[in-house]
This record gives sequence, C-alpha cells and structure tokens, in this order.
Amino acid sequence: MSPLNIKKGSSSHSAYDLRDYHEQGTERHTLALIVDNEAGVLARVIGLFSGRGYNIESLTVAEIDHTGHRSRITVVTTGTPSVIEQIKAQLGRVVPVHDVHDLTTEGVAVERELALFRVVGKGDIRVEALRLADIFRAQVVDSTLDSFVFEVTGTSRKIDAFADLMRPLGLEELARTGVVALARGKIDVESTLS
Amino acid sequence: MEQEQMTGASMVVRALQDQGVDVVFGYPGGAVLPIYDEVFQQNRIRHVLVRHEQGAVHAAEGYARSTGRPGVVLVTSGPGATNAVTGLTDALMDSVPIVLLSGQVPTFMIGNDAFQEADTVGITRPCTKHNWLVKETDRLAGTIHEAFHVAMNGRPGPVLVDIPKDVQFASGTYTGPDAAQTGHYAPKITGDIEVITSLAEAIETAKRPIFYTGGGVINSGDRACELLRRLVDNTGFPVTSTLMGLGAYPASGKNWLGMLGMHGLYEANLAMHDCDLMINVGARFDDRITGRVQDFSPGSVKAHIDIDPSSINKVIHVELPIIGDVAHVLEDLLKVWKSRGAKSDAPAVQEWWAQINEWRKVDCLKFNQTGRTIRPQHAIQRLEALTKDHPDRYICTEVGQHQMWAAQYMGMNDPKRWMTSGGLGTMGYGFPSSIGVQIAHPDALVINVAGEASWLMNMQEMGTAVQYRLPVKQFILNNERLGMVRQWQELLHGERYSHSWSEALPDFVKLAEAFGAKGIQIDDAADLDDGIKEMLAHDGPVVVDCVVEKHENCFPMIPSGEPHNKMLLGEDADTGNAIKEGGAVLV
Repeated sequence: MSPLNIKKGSSSHSAYDLRDYHEQGTERHTLALIVDNEAGVLARVIGLFSGRGYNIESLTVAEIDHTGHRSRITVVTTGTPSVIEQIKAQLGRVVPVHDVHDLTTEGVAVERELALFRVVGKGDIRVEALRLADIFRAQVVDSTLDSFVFEVTGTSRKIDAFADLMRPLGLEELARTGVVALARGKIDVESTLS
Repeated sequence: MEQEQMTGASMVVRALQDQGVDVVFGYPGGAVLPIYDEVFQQNRIRHVLVRHEQGAVHAAEGYARSTGRPGVVLVTSGPGATNAVTGLTDALMDSVPIVLLSGQVPTFMIGNDAFQEADTVGITRPCTKHNWLVKETDRLAGTIHEAFHVAMNGRPGPVLVDIPKDVQFASGTYTGPDAAQTGHYAPKITGDIEVITSLAEAIETAKRPIFYTGGGVINSGDRACELLRRLVDNTGFPVTSTLMGLGAYPASGKNWLGMLGMHGLYEANLAMHDCDLMINVGARFDDRITGRVQDFSPGSVKAHIDIDPSSINKVIHVELPIIGDVAHVLEDLLKVWKSRGAKSDAPAVQEWWAQINEWRKVDCLKFNQTGRTIRPQHAIQRLEALTKDHPDRYICTEVGQHQMWAAQYMGMNDPKRWMTSGGLGTMGYGFPSSIGVQIAHPDALVINVAGEASWLMNMQEMGTAVQYRLPVKQFILNNERLGMVRQWQELLHGERYSHSWSEALPDFVKLAEAFGAKGIQIDDAADLDDGIKEMLAHDGPVVVDCVVEKHENCFPMIPSGEPHNKMLLGEDADTGNAIKEGGAVLV
C-alpha cells in the first residue's frame, strides 16, 4: 500500500479510462476514425497497426464528406485494455487523423456488415437455401437456374451464422464489407460532416 | 496581399527564408537541381555540403538540438532519400525537429521505376512524424510551412517533403507562413489542473520523492529547464535524468544524483527503486531506464508529464498522468504548490537524503588508473577536467561504451550542450552531429567523444569539417574493439568474441592529415593531459587517437532483465551469471 494519499490505479480525472491495470483479458473494440481524405492516410493507419503489432479484425474506409475531404475508417481490433488505450493514443497522434472514437466504450453503438453469398445448387437444397435466406431477411440480388447471390446485412455474428447455414447448401463464394458502426442516439460530439 | 508567382524551386528557397532558416545541410543530385540552382543565386541561406546524406541528417540534428531550432536537410531522390532514413529514424526516436526536403522524379514518371526513383514517402512513413508528396506547385509553399509547424509543435520530430522535379520547374502561387493551413495540428499543451493539484498534494506528503527527467524538458525549452531547477531547489527533492535529459538540471546542482538507467549511477537507480513518489518530467520509461518492468519501482506512486499522449501508460502504468508541455505544466504545478503553502515533509526528505548519501558511499564510478595504459574512464575524466570551465562547450558522442562513460564522467550544466543518439543508438551519429553544432556555434568548443568503430562509420565527413574549417575535436577512445558488443559477449556468450574487434584500423593521425586536418596520438597516460591540451589549442579539425585499455567494461550496469536494485558494480562484480536466460533475449 502506498504511503501517499492516492489509490493506485485511481485517476478518474485523467484523460484516459484507466480500468484495473491487472485486468488483462483480450477485448474486441470498434474504433471510428475521422481522417483527412488524402493520399496515404490509410497506409499510415494500417502501417501503425502492423508496425506496432496490433490486430485488425476488420477495416472499412470510404469518404463521408466530399467538400470537407473527410473519410471515416472503421477498425475492429482486439487487445488487452492497455493495448486498446495505446492503439487509440497512437492513432490520435497521426497528423491527418482528426478524431478517434471508441464506439465500444462511448455508449451504445449499432454495428452492421454487408455480405454477398453465391450459392450454387439444384433441387431441394436450392429450395432450402431460399427458405433460409427468407428467414435471415437476405435479398436475392442475382439468380440463374442453378445459383443465387444473396445479400445479407446485419451484425457480424448474423453473417457468420448465415454463412454456416449456406456452406452445406452449396456456398461457393462470399464477400464481406467489414463492420461499419455508429453511436446511437444524440451524442455529445461535433458532427463529423462539414 | 499580392499573389506572388514563382517557380517551385524558388518557392522552396523563399519558404525556407520565411521560416527563418539560416543553414541547410545537403547533397545535390538530379532531382533537386532546380532547387540547387536557386540556392546558388542567393546569399541568405547557407548550404553546407556534407559527404553522405546520413551525415546531413545527423548534422541537422546536432544543429537542432544545440539551438532549439529545426534542422533543415536537402537531398535528391532515390539513394539520396534512402541514405537519409537512418538519420530520420534517429530523429524520430529522440524527438528532434528536422525538415527534410527530397527531390523526386517528375510526377509523370512516378511508378515507372525511373532512374533514381524510390517510394520516398512510403519508405519514410514509419520513420517520420509526417510526410508529404507535393504534386502541385501551388501547394508547395503551404506544405513546407505546414511541415515546419508539425516538426516543431507537440512532440518534435522529423518531417519530409518530397518534391517531384516538374513541380520544382513549374510556376505557381506562393503562400506565406501566415496563410498556410496549420491549424488542425494543435497538440494539447496545458495539463489537467486537477491532476496537477493531485501531484502538488503528493509532493506535500512524499517521504521518498524523486524527479526523473528526460529529453522532453530540453525540448520544451529554456523556460522548462528554469522551472525544473526552481521546482527541484524549492522542494529539495533529488533529481536524476535519462541520457537525453542531461543538462536540464545542472550536474553541479546540489540535488543532482547523476544519470539513471542501465549504466546509470548506483544511487540514482536505487533511489528510483525505493522511492514513494516518482515525478517523471518529459521522459518515456524507456527499457534502458526501467530494467525489468514488473519490478520497476514497486512501491511508488508515479506521475508522468508528457506532451505525447501515447507515452502515457505505454510501458509503466502511472497514477497521475499529465498530458501537456513541460514548461506549461511545471508553471501550473509551481503555482498550485505555492498557493497551497509550498509544503513538503522536510524531516522525511532529510532521512531520504541520508539514505541516498549512504548509497553514494559505494562510489560506483571509482576506478584505478595505474601504469602507462590509459583507462578510458581516466581519459574522459581528464577531458572533463580540462574543458569543464570552458564558457561555451558542447559535447557530442557516438554510441557505445565511450558514450556511457561520457555521460557518467562529464557534467552538463546547461541544456542543449549534450548531443547523443539515445533511442536509436546510431553508431556514426557523433561526428556529423558535431559538425552541425559547430556550424550553429562557430566560436564554441565542440568535442565529439567517440569510439574508433563508431567514428569510422561516418568518417567521410572529415571532408566537410575541413572544407568549412570547422574546429571540431574528435576525441576517439581507441580500444580496437566494439567495446559494448565485446562486453555483452563476455557477460552473455561465454567470452566468444564474434566479430567484435576492429581489424585493419587506419593510422588515425595519417588519416586526419590526408584530409588536411591535424592528428594526434596519445598512448601513454603520462602524455594524456598534454595531448588533450594540444587538441584544444589547435584552431581547426583535430582527430585524437587516444589508445586505451582494450578490455575495459562499462560499469555500473543493470544486467538486462533485472530490476534497478540488482546492479553490477565495477570489475569486482561477479559477472559470470549476471544475465539470466530471460534477460538474454533482450538487447
């Protein structure tokens, strides 16, 4: 016990969410970065992750504000709480990164992913695939006499589940966008749009 | 304001002038010829021609660290830029503000594997704070101004602007420094007053406090050093420093413990281990400082003042993180602490000092100089004795044992007087760095304490030193070994000295003379003082080949993988099993 009047690990007024340092389980966090849409900005972000040995589970990027030249990068990453804090701090000091939001800790967020599935088959399994697609509210976006392309939107877990179901029913190829996410409700951050 | 039209090349020179740049270190080549043509036609900016681009960056680092102003480098595309990479990485690790302008093949040839083309922004992305490829002449001046802004603000560091040759030839509109877009990069400089108040409270009750200071104090500026000195003297707390922070608090000050860390002083490291309040001012808990992280100062509350948020809780968890510029934070801390009565637990701190003085009695830097063979510590101690009263002395070092001995035996009493490669540990840093320092301070005494192996890595800069008549003193401790590598092989690899000796060394005296400089060899302890005096008396570049004991080890030492209280002291130490299996994988 420290002789000083400060409890170890207590700094509620710090710039950081200092949870118990010894709690070192791995967590999954969804980060949203608002960046200048300029050449090389994605390489800076990815290079930071690879250079410092951080994980990327998924990554999506697109311009969200054409006049303001802003893009939004959504990164899903995993790490211990201290590693997650480090990732956010490191991202924050990249010059063209304007904001780093941890959607996992800043209130509740909605996360969505879009996936396309090509399922090939005839007869019963074709009917079964279409029936399951209906349950999952998948759209049929292309069809031939022996194939479908389904479009599914939802959480990553829903897409995993649909993929598991389609595999025995002739799943040949699948493409996923990776997660995009937004905080729910009215939140206390400046609009990211100009 | 009138919109001034000019070529990209003249924009570069104009922008540098508007930034107050007086010196550029560089080396010409095909892709920067238009800029060199502009440099030729003006007199406000002095260009110093180095002999290798790595030398240019290190010289600019020496210039920057000894003046507090950014160092500017101009190199060509391809090999010019890739040769600069080590220097940029060095500057990034040690937070030195460098603006490097590189030429690039014309925009329409980028990606074609053109002659002397390299993906310079790609290669230097991880070793700069930020970099830019400028594709339009209209944006060139603004980008250069932004580059200076980024290099100097927040935690300083190197930046690079890559300028294709067609952009240099084309005409565009010049943007002045005030009109440039720099506003969005604005790191936080004032600390959270609540945490500062908690730190003031901790100062009042601490029984075994210590200030642990780093290069951030010097980077923050002279005001930060002044405030640190005031705070240390007012509280009466002991102060230690990293290699990078030497001089922020004077070595002659009464609260000075000496450097800490792997080859730091016994009393400094034990005080760090046993303290109850550690106040980290502008340092980053580097692995050379902490030793074994799990056992690092186990009983202390730690405060950390740093302008870089990513330094906080990166290595060591702290209870009192303060993100801000050292000068701003110390100013607020002094104000708050004084407004609360400037209290401290004086009797307890007195007792703490008594303990520290016990540790001091170990006299961890003692050595015996007997006989005619010069011990390297003795050489440094004599160099210190004969130069410490010089009114304007700057010390540079290379990397290795000599660097640690210089840090241990030479006292820096002011900031910006000590230039060394700390984070990256770049052999070959010292000589070009001393050139940059001497360019910035033509009348000063500039000494590079070197080892023969490091010095040879950038010895081509002899040409630069002689061309510009720079009276840099190259004080080479020649043990014909890579001393630090040899030491580790002795401790860790069963005394198998794999490739750690310097075979086929040149005659350094003749080498100096071949370049038109002066060479001195000292190989007898009896001649040491005279040799040093001869070096000091010569008005021109001097190379001193000081032949020293070949098998000296650098102590004290915290073996890698061990905590601060497991130091090895002097040659009587049992070094047989000093480094255990877990420590062996560390560097």
